[in-house]
Amino acid sequence: MSKQEQHWEKTRNLLFITLAIWFVFSIGIFLFGAEMQESSIRPFGYPLTYWFTCQGSLAIFVILIFWFAGRQEKIDDEFGFTEREGDQ
Amino acid sequence: MIKGKFIDNLPKVYGIYTGGFLVFIIIMAIAEQAGMTAKMIGIFFVSFTVLIYALIGWLSRTLQTDAYYVAGRQVPTVFNGMATAADWMSGASFVAMAGGIYFKGYGYMALLVGWTGGYVLVASLLAPYLRKFGCYTVPDFIGTRYGGNLARFSAVIVLTVASFTYVTAQINATGTIASVALDIPFEIAVYVGLASILMCSMLGGMRAVTWTQVAQYIVLIIAYLLPVFWISNNIGAGFFPHFMLADEVARIAELEGQFGFVKNSAADLATVPKGLSAITKAHSSVNATPWAFISLAVCMMAGTASLPHVMMRYFTTPSVRTARRSVGWSLFFIFLLYSSAPMLATLSKISLMDPNLATGIIGKSIAEVQALDWYQNWNQAKLMFVSDFNGNGTLELNEFFMKGSAVVLATPEIAGLPYVISGLVAAGGMAAAMSTADGLVLAISNALSHDVYYKIINPKAETAKRLIVARVLLVLIGFAGATIAALEIQGILGSVIWAFDFAMSGLFFPLVLGVWWKRANAPGAVAGMLLGLISGTAYLVWVRSGGSGFLGITQLTFGIVGAAVSLVSMIVVSLITAAPDAATQKMVDDVRVPSGKTILGKQH
Repeated sequence: MSKQEQHWEKTRNLLFITLAIWFVFSIGIFLFGAEMQESSIRPFGYPLTYWFTCQGSLAIFVILIFWFAGRQEKIDDEFGFTEREGDQ
Repeated sequence: MIKGKFIDNLPKVYGIYTGGFLVFIIIMAIAEQAGMTAKMIGIFFVSFTVLIYALIGWLSRTLQTDAYYVAGRQVPTVFNGMATAADWMSGASFVAMAGGIYFKGYGYMALLVGWTGGYVLVASLLAPYLRKFGCYTVPDFIGTRYGGNLARFSAVIVLTVASFTYVTAQINATGTIASVALDIPFEIAVYVGLASILMCSMLGGMRAVTWTQVAQYIVLIIAYLLPVFWISNNIGAGFFPHFMLADEVARIAELEGQFGFVKNSAADLATVPKGLSAITKAHSSVNATPWAFISLAVCMMAGTASLPHVMMRYFTTPSVRTARRSVGWSLFFIFLLYSSAPMLATLSKISLMDPNLATGIIGKSIAEVQALDWYQNWNQAKLMFVSDFNGNGTLELNEFFMKGSAVVLATPEIAGLPYVISGLVAAGGMAAAMSTADGLVLAISNALSHDVYYKIINPKAETAKRLIVARVLLVLIGFAGATIAALEIQGILGSVIWAFDFAMSGLFFPLVLGVWWKRANAPGAVAGMLLGLISGTAYLVWVRSGGSGFLGITQLTFGIVGAAVSLVSMIVVSLITAAPDAATQKMVDDVRVPSGKTILGKQH
């Protein structure tokens, strides 16, 4: 497998992990909205589903994007595909 | 004049700007104490901020195509994040969102999840790759990746339909705010709003829009957060509302149980002015089915990743790496406002509902409420209404009516904050609507000038001529938008949601598969764009004209139908026609790697 194919395979795997986490917090948990609302886990005292819609999911998305960007930069570095000055 | 040196000094420039704006607020507060009228304060706030944006627009004028189309690709990560946040957060986010949460609760909060979750798709599926491509516009990517004028033109059609639906709502919002703040008729205010929008974008294109959007973000975030923190502290709910309103949320649920949700008769409702509603849904309980919630969130997420005015902001960063990080910063700056909207809705509700608070009105006598200063003001503006339906002389929960936008616009006054805060909120709403309108008008006119005029009609046009065409189109699009906005045919929020569905129907899969599926070809992409857009639109028309719909897909989620048709037709047509040639496959390989030259040159 060429360097570029390996790079793309790793990139694709990272995409799948990222989208899996995204799926859980944007779609997955809201299948159980009514059940979660009754949960005894209450972040900052808010009902659980309510908290996820106000803050939880939103904050997780912010962190997820920065985490994803960091991992992708590592993959690019590993294969020497990081941009250099003057590339543009 | 503001080249490299300006870029190096950004934190300082915007630091001084923010400081200056805070000083301006303080001066206005002092002027209010000294007896300046509320009307004058409103006029000062809106006109001062709009003049500043116009000044920035003028300073950023340019005669170069890459500066006009992509701000010279030198916008630093964090500042591009702020500009994107302003570009993204429209009049709907600023003025209507807290009101939607206030009235509809959980079912509405799918929009919060959808309008943030979409950025994960932007960061992982699209933005870095489109940046590597080096395009000026979204149809530029479609046209080059798939090849052929038909693909390019189809993308322009989808872009125009989605963005134009969106922009009329934004010009409408600038008109509404300008008419209230400057006290002029709406039909004139719309054109005042339009003039302000064009001032920011005409001379400098993307470069001017970028630097005004950063300035607008600073105004709108201060205008949104200051009242939330102030009210929370005022009523003793906690100094940091986001983490401390659990008791208030519980108290609202308790009061809702106590007051009960009485359903008003149709005859009673007929006496209520149009567009106003009473609280009929519980504040924090789960009151929507999983499918209703998820389908709306999915449409907003896919729509986010397909709306061209957002995507083109990531063409302005210096590199692929900064484009990726910039998406994170965008969402962070959006998060600051979105996580505050439910808190504002909570504070607004508790202020009005709780009889233990001085501001509470439910349970007071009708005559007493009608005598309140703020009630009279907002009643006159047709944003509030009370009526004693059951004739007991006391205001019940179902007898108090408000327009959604009043939650943001009137809450500071209800909670007893000085008028200077209301003036600030008006300036913030204006900034939010203007910044989005700027981005959208520019997205449409750039697509028409670059993709239709330069790439299809007259590929030999010189730079000067191209930029003149771009500016003429900008003004024409703006006027068309303002003319339709002045007719007031649709509500702000409804048409914003439609814009997402249109974009998702026609562009989501052609964009994503352009990067992630090498086998995708031009006939497939054209089929995906056109059949997606047509089927989505047909479903919308069918449901609007009384059709029953299927699978619980409503007029707010018709993008699901459009995108499904788009995906299937794109795959089927791609597979039955010839694979893309070797050059195109090589192009896709190059896009997937950050290093090396962009596909399209710096000036093209």
